[in-house]
Amino acid sequence: MSAVLTLRDVSVQFDTHKALQGVNLQMQAGERVALVGANGSGKSTLLRVAHGLLHVSAGQVNVASDLSQAMVFQRPHMLRTSVLRFVVWGLWLQGMPWREAHARAMQALKRVGLQDMAERSARTLSGGQQQRLALARAWALQPNFVLLDEPTSSLDPHAKREVERLLAEWVASTEASLLFSSHNLGQVKRLATRVIYLEAGRVLADLPVDEFFNRPLGESHPEAHLFLKGELG
Amino acid sequence: MTTFTDTAFTALQLLTQLDPLLWSIVGRSLWVSVLATAMACSLGVVLGAWLGVARFAGRDALLTVLNTLLALPSVVVGLLVYLLLSRTGPLGSLGWLFSLKAMVLAQTVLVLPVVTALTRQCVEDAERNHGEQLQSLGAKPWLRSVLLAWDERYALLTVLIAAFGRAISEVGAVMVVGGNIEGFTRVMTTAIALETSKGDLPLALALGLVLMAVVLLLNVLISALRRWRQRIDGAGADPVQGVLV
Repeated sequence: MSAVLTLRDVSVQFDTHKALQGVNLQMQAGERVALVGANGSGKSTLLRVAHGLLHVSAGQVNVASDLSQAMVFQRPHMLRTSVLRFVVWGLWLQGMPWREAHARAMQALKRVGLQDMAERSARTLSGGQQQRLALARAWALQPNFVLLDEPTSSLDPHAKREVERLLAEWVASTEASLLFSSHNLGQVKRLATRVIYLEAGRVLADLPVDEFFNRPLGESHPEAHLFLKGELG
Repeated sequence: MTTFTDTAFTALQLLTQLDPLLWSIVGRSLWVSVLATAMACSLGVVLGAWLGVARFAGRDALLTVLNTLLALPSVVVGLLVYLLLSRTGPLGSLGWLFSLKAMVLAQTVLVLPVVTALTRQCVEDAERNHGEQLQSLGAKPWLRSVLLAWDERYALLTVLIAAFGRAISEVGAVMVVGGNIEGFTRVMTTAIALETSKGDLPLALALGLVLMAVVLLLNVLISALRRWRQRIDGAGADPVQGVLV
């Protein structure tokens, strides 16, 4: 297995706020890594650093050169265009000819069940439909490294289930590496092979998913233990 | 009261009888302002869209200057353009002073900051919402500025209408560089000022009514545009709602 992403002593600072502090992380191809932690712990910042959206204040970020990435954000913002073109734009921006992008986009819409809404304005979709559309765009790019920033946290329970089902299908059908943040520990159990616990911008636990949830963490990783206790009750 | 009613009656007569002097002034005004708005929008939308996305040292200072220019008095613009076009000025060789070209140039300079600043605001708001996603898809700043300006096209139409409103209703700049020459550079606003001072109130009032009608029409257009957009897009606020015309 080869490393798709390596972070060495990465720190990110916004004015006086330290969003990430000395983070070390290596992800192998095909790994599915979940980032967990309280709000403000640095999950989203780490995802943005991995995706090249943020410059680091210190440290090194290495991403495999043959990697094609796609990121799905917590709140998808819809461009003023049709559902179909929203996906086509994404492909076109990645250099795909318009006609080919059109065909690929239709496939992606079928996959998320939005093919009948292809000509509708993307902005008129519900929150759940918009997130499915964002998934369709990411899926259409056929990435081998997928980043998801709390993909279901802004959705109602029904939409959450629907998006989760699509995510599970996607994960089952692809060899792509996955790096995602989530507050939903059930989702983490279902999708991840490895869990990273962050607190105040530091990695305080980095464990296989079984160990994270089943091993007593009280002594080895007291902060993660407290977090789990708080989340699981 | 008699003066007022008589004036209003004569003004309406001038309008309904298609008085050639009145309508030639109206036509000239529209031509100058349409041309100035088109030129200001061509440059201002590009500049504003770029400013909405680009980040560089000195950007904040540039935006402060730009926002200050929004309040630039039109007579000052007239004076600057006058100095540029006067015989000893840098553009004196063009021989544009006291011509429609000079008036178009003055209105363009006046309206350019309005178009640039409002476009910048629209595109910057859009960048806040969509920038990260477009960046994630590989769009560089220049491409993002084009895409976001296109995405905000209806808001930018509102900017265009607002810019036209500012151009057609100003008086100082065109008065200074055009000279208010009858049959040549006289436009609605300069004619109203002159006719009022001469005491020819009916013509001034008739021109005032046309000017008000133009501004009213622009506001109706803005409202219609906004309603149409909301019908197409569902909800969604207009970033330049309440633009002054």
